[in-house]
Amino acid sequence: MASAYTPGLTVTRATVVRKVRRLPIEGEVLVREGDRVRPEDVVARAFLPGDPHTVNVANLLGAVAQDVPGHMVKRQGDPVEAGEVIARSRGLFGLGAREVRSPITGTVELVSGITGQVTLREPPVPVEVRAYIHGRVAEVMPREGVVVEARGALVQGIFGVGGERSGVLRVAVERPDDVLDAGDVRPDDAGRVLVGGALVTAAALRRAAEAGVTGIVVGGIVDTDLVAFVGHDIGVAITGEEDVPFTLILTEGFGPMPMAERTFRLLRELSGREASINGATQIRAGVLRPEVIVTSAEGPDSLEAPRGPETAESQAAPAAALEVGTPVRVIREPHFGRLGVVTELPAELVPIETEARVRVVRVRLEGGEEVTIPRANVEIVSGEPHDGRGLGPGS
Amino acid sequence: MSRADLQSILATDCGSTTTKAILIEKTGGEYRLVVRGEAPTTVEAPFEDVTVGVRNAVREVEELAGRRILTADGEGIETPRTLRGDGVDAYVSTSSAGGGLQMMVAGVIQAMTTESAQRAALGAGAIVMDAISIDDGRKPHVKIQRVRSLRPDMILLSGGVDGGTIAHVVEMAELLKAAQPKPRLGAGYKLPVIYAGNRDAREHVRRTLGDLVDLRVVDNIRPVLEREVLGPARHEIHNLFMEHVMAQAPGYAKLMTWTAAPIMPTPGAVGLLIETVARERGIDVVGVDIGGATTDVFSVFDGTFNRTVSANLGMSYSMANVLLEAGAANIQRWLPFEISEADLRNRIRNKMIRPTSIPETLEDLLVEQAVAREALRLAFEHHKTLAVGLKGVHQQRFDPFNQELSGQTLVDLMALDLIIGSGGVLSHAPRRAQAALMMIDAFQPEGVTELAVDSIFMMPQLGVLSTVHPEAAAHVFERDCLIRLGTVVAPVGQPPAGAQGQPALVAEIRLPDGREVRESLAYGELKLVPLGVGEEAEAELRPGRGLDLGRGAGTSLRARLAGGVVGIVLDARGRRPFGLPADADARRERLVRWFEALDAYPAQVAHLARRP
Repeated sequence: MASAYTPGLTVTRATVVRKVRRLPIEGEVLVREGDRVRPEDVVARAFLPGDPHTVNVANLLGAVAQDVPGHMVKRQGDPVEAGEVIARSRGLFGLGAREVRSPITGTVELVSGITGQVTLREPPVPVEVRAYIHGRVAEVMPREGVVVEARGALVQGIFGVGGERSGVLRVAVERPDDVLDAGDVRPDDAGRVLVGGALVTAAALRRAAEAGVTGIVVGGIVDTDLVAFVGHDIGVAITGEEDVPFTLILTEGFGPMPMAERTFRLLRELSGREASINGATQIRAGVLRPEVIVTSAEGPDSLEAPRGPETAESQAAPAAALEVGTPVRVIREPHFGRLGVVTELPAELVPIETEARVRVVRVRLEGGEEVTIPRANVEIVSGEPHDGRGLGPGS
Repeated sequence: MSRADLQSILATDCGSTTTKAILIEKTGGEYRLVVRGEAPTTVEAPFEDVTVGVRNAVREVEELAGRRILTADGEGIETPRTLRGDGVDAYVSTSSAGGGLQMMVAGVIQAMTTESAQRAALGAGAIVMDAISIDDGRKPHVKIQRVRSLRPDMILLSGGVDGGTIAHVVEMAELLKAAQPKPRLGAGYKLPVIYAGNRDAREHVRRTLGDLVDLRVVDNIRPVLEREVLGPARHEIHNLFMEHVMAQAPGYAKLMTWTAAPIMPTPGAVGLLIETVARERGIDVVGVDIGGATTDVFSVFDGTFNRTVSANLGMSYSMANVLLEAGAANIQRWLPFEISEADLRNRIRNKMIRPTSIPETLEDLLVEQAVAREALRLAFEHHKTLAVGLKGVHQQRFDPFNQELSGQTLVDLMALDLIIGSGGVLSHAPRRAQAALMMIDAFQPEGVTELAVDSIFMMPQLGVLSTVHPEAAAHVFERDCLIRLGTVVAPVGQPPAGAQGQPALVAEIRLPDGREVRESLAYGELKLVPLGVGEEAEAELRPGRGLDLGRGAGTSLRARLAGGVVGIVLDARGRRPFGLPADADARRERLVRWFEALDAYPAQVAHLARRP
């Protein structure tokens, strides 16, 4: 491919966020198109078939499998109570009679004359889908779910753990290169989403859990601290289901990594607003990145926003091209994490230190140093049209 | 159009990230690769149509070949070639986009029918999400929960020998019924289930599952304990892959109308090609494809084909999982410089979250190649456990000293003739000697073994092409696809105490130009004898005391050694055990000497090692 490079992550103050809220199986949609919803509102509900239990009736009665249907007191489809007799053998002259009782309350689903097993099923289990963000119901997919739409800010992170949560944003450090330590977490931070700088320490993670925060958004974390936080090492980059006290979102990567100035500034601007966050990350096919969404609870009138190709979800997929002047971040050693501006895009392949011949880009780093690096190792720092902002102090 | 008339063939592989197109043409009686093109795969939003990526890749081919291949409206491939020379005579494709083919298998006994079912599914090119059995140690409700939570593309159900007891396999069918499995793609169709078990249970299985799933019945994969018949099940998996999985994937309905042969799952096509190579040349082959997310291993030993996929061993998305499974120390042992575990972990994680980045420094390249050695080693270990003889078979014991049990691995490193490596980290290594060394270190071949890499990973396209034109596939494979690296000679064992000072390997090699080279290697040494591509040399190889080249300890071997872009690698580092020093300083010093022996890295690698 002529211009292989990593598309940047979306960091934008104003976009249209569309969230598909879908049931795992068909069910009932509880809201109507145009309804205004809050993050905690249930928008759709379904009933999952209950857990099945198999009972080896043939064994329990000491009968052969083919005779089991004849011994059944309850028939397929009958409701049963826990402890109720479902099968009974009559021994000779009533001697040695045996009974089988249901271990659960539910229904008899299957009586098998081949295996002698009886399948009982527990009552259906309700599953609910919430709105997740403040917004308006833009579309109803009958029996499946809804699309909630809102105008607002979107910050995509690079990696996260923990699922959907919400809370009021508070920027807990002064600068994007500060370390978020235990002392920066306050006792009254319960229910809040804290924003840190370059790194969150293990002590800060512990203090935040004690305080009851709902999320932390920070530049980087030391890998071993993440392992301790999650309770196990993460092998495959598919996350979101971890059993963690709060959702953690990294905006930059692993190790101390100052948060991009632009991201930090936007989050500071949003401080005090309620944010919907999700740490779910899936880097393989169908890229899913963690996100911080701040949308307005205003009515539908404020939602006369562009749809289709200009929505945030589609912005993230095809990227703008690298051009002279494009602000970029270096995503690999030896200049890992540094920001700069593209000054030249040589067409020819250039040998690098490894002796590989690759397409390169010339970048002027913050501080003025000019370097030549593989195009694959930069990402565009933008979610909005390139305006040259967000390039550190003075820009 | 008959096969002989095919002058021009287009083949594509729709991978999970990239769609690759190659153009093959007949010139001077031979089929050769003319040009190739690639473009991002477009199965995901916002395009959701695989043909967009195919068209983009073909457009690149058109530009390079200087002629039109797509139809005038761009809505298909022009076949056959027009009088003006536009178009191609045939178009074929493979696909692993959208996660490839994901299956669940079920059987009665884990070590017998379930394992056979697993081999059938893997051989057809699937990822096996889980394998459930009556005796897998899980409670029925746990198995049911598992089936409910997985959303496979299809299920293969097996169990029992023909004429045997039917209760157990029917129990598995009842378990599936209770779980009510749902397909991964598309809510509107029934999940395909292939039944390949005891034929006497077919009616019962049909009664149990018939109205719940799309049930297909094929011949039993274990009609008797002593025999495994995987062909019919594999064939049905391919049919269903086309009918269901492909038909549900965005744009595939259209793509299927463009191709001259059914679209094959990518690993299925690679397996077919490797099977063909082994059969036609009468050799034992191991093939490996190390990708960003998964590593596939294929082998043919004594004519038996096996394939495994290690779904979470790879060089980008799955890199952190290699670290998790191998442990940091096993990666560090391949590095000629000191690196803290924390630094190593952060680097690997950062590659995982930014999978398209490439190593820019020599240090970073060495880290990636160290991870690759471990990913390849683990994937090969996994392969050895599944590429086994049939278990549960009574074997008559003629030789009281041969304690071989049933179910032993078929992988025999001494018998192995050829290793073919592919995937970015091997195919794109800046020096070919790096690829050779990674494969030698990871697989540790024994005796005499030839090494090759797939230049641009076109084995999938050639595999599917072999179904319509075996000759064209063979020509291109030999001439354009394979890059022959050379041959490695490695005696097994280590010198006994008292023989430490003696040579571990003496090689007398008569080169094609008549010159004779005599190399004597101490235990732990590695040497390179240059011998070009297409050249062969006669060699007299003498292993030292306690070391074996396949003829017994200390016994000489005469062999013809094939050359390549690297040459002949004489490897006296020993096998079982492999002579990697335990002491860190000694190990780093030794690694640098090995790298220098093969001229595998720039000279500054020695400075990295000496860095404080």
